[in-house]
Amino acid sequence: MSTIAVEIVSAEEAIWSGSGTMVYAPAEMGEVGIAPQHAPLLTRLKPGEVRVQQENGEEQFFYVSGGLLEIQPHVVTVLSDTALRAADLDEAKAQEAIKQAERDLQEKTSEMELAKAKAELVQAVAQLRAVEKLRKTAR
Amino acid sequence: MAGAKEIRTKIKSIQNTQKITSAMEMVAASKMRRAQERMRAARPYAESVRRVMAHVRLARLEYRHVYSIEREVSSVGYIIISSDRGLCGGLNINLFRSALESISEWDEKGVSTKFGIIGNKGLGFFRRFGGNILCQATHLGDAPQISELIGAIKVMLDAYEEEKIDRLYLVSNSFVNTMTQSPQIEQILPIKGVELEEKLPEYWDYLYEPESHVVVDALMLRYIESIIYQAVVENIACEQSARMVAMKSATDNAGNLIDELQLIYNKARQAAITQEISEIVGGAAAV
Repeated sequence: MSTIAVEIVSAEEAIWSGSGTMVYAPAEMGEVGIAPQHAPLLTRLKPGEVRVQQENGEEQFFYVSGGLLEIQPHVVTVLSDTALRAADLDEAKAQEAIKQAERDLQEKTSEMELAKAKAELVQAVAQLRAVEKLRKTAR
Repeated sequence: MAGAKEIRTKIKSIQNTQKITSAMEMVAASKMRRAQERMRAARPYAESVRRVMAHVRLARLEYRHVYSIEREVSSVGYIIISSDRGLCGGLNINLFRSALESISEWDEKGVSTKFGIIGNKGLGFFRRFGGNILCQATHLGDAPQISELIGAIKVMLDAYEEEKIDRLYLVSNSFVNTMTQSPQIEQILPIKGVELEEKLPEYWDYLYEPESHVVVDALMLRYIESIIYQAVVENIACEQSARMVAMKSATDNAGNLIDELQLIYNKARQAAITQEISEIVGGAAAV
């Protein structure tokens, strides 16, 4: 029986790799069953279950929370997401990253003001000392 | 025996410092091992995404993604990956130096720069430097998750899509071995050609579900995220090994210092004893 290589990976670790006679995956447009020599296909995955039927009749199950599926005639690649993904969720995260940067910028201005004030203070003290010295020598 | 007591306290304090640095060395060594494992664990995904990307670029696809189109450069973006903590030798400074070199090259051409900073040290440096920081991600810890990086990455990608930046570089340390880490600057956008070893037939295309651009967009995003995640994980391995080396040399230096001080202490003690004896002998002779 012919088999197809299967690789299931997530960004943080490799989950499984091996070969199977049939692979089922929850594609966005509905579940797909992949036999060896399937036509090249690229699709997104929904959260669900990836099943791999192995040659010895055993079945492997994996839960994916979404991701991408690539099919080449000789290999199936499942790029599983580890993070929960949604357009608005990504947007919220981006906003947070921007806000953080802006907030720090404001802090920076206050820090800068502090530094400036300190420098001015040092100058004033030095002037004061100079004046005192002048007075002493004048006496 | 004037100086002896001070020398003894000094030796004591250096010994305490030495204890701390040697403890830090051991902690860094064990963290390094784990960081290296994580680095290895992230590799299969990076390779798979890369392979799929290469396939897609070979496919006869009409849709040209904005990430793969070169345009004239009027502003460049840098994603700079640094460590959150210090005490790791020249790791961050070397990285910033090579980044600054590249920045000043662009500066001479009149190109402005924008930054996305990952890691506390980089943030501090580029704030002092006065860079235009678009976004940041800090305090990722020893085991960063990709979800913590998504926000910062998206800001930079959005900036690219809105043509606020025309190129995106990634500046990070690459892990050569435990003793050596070297800073590297890599162009992320526009995406450069991805090499592929295997041969594929020349005329073919994928079936795309639902639409080619939706799927390719999702793939591009994951491809870039995986590059950056990989770099972050690698940088942590670099940080730990740099720290281990730095702490080892600090411990050795403390040991040398203690040896020297011990010698001085012994001499001072001996001198004091000699003096005392000669005083006693002198006193006895006078009687």
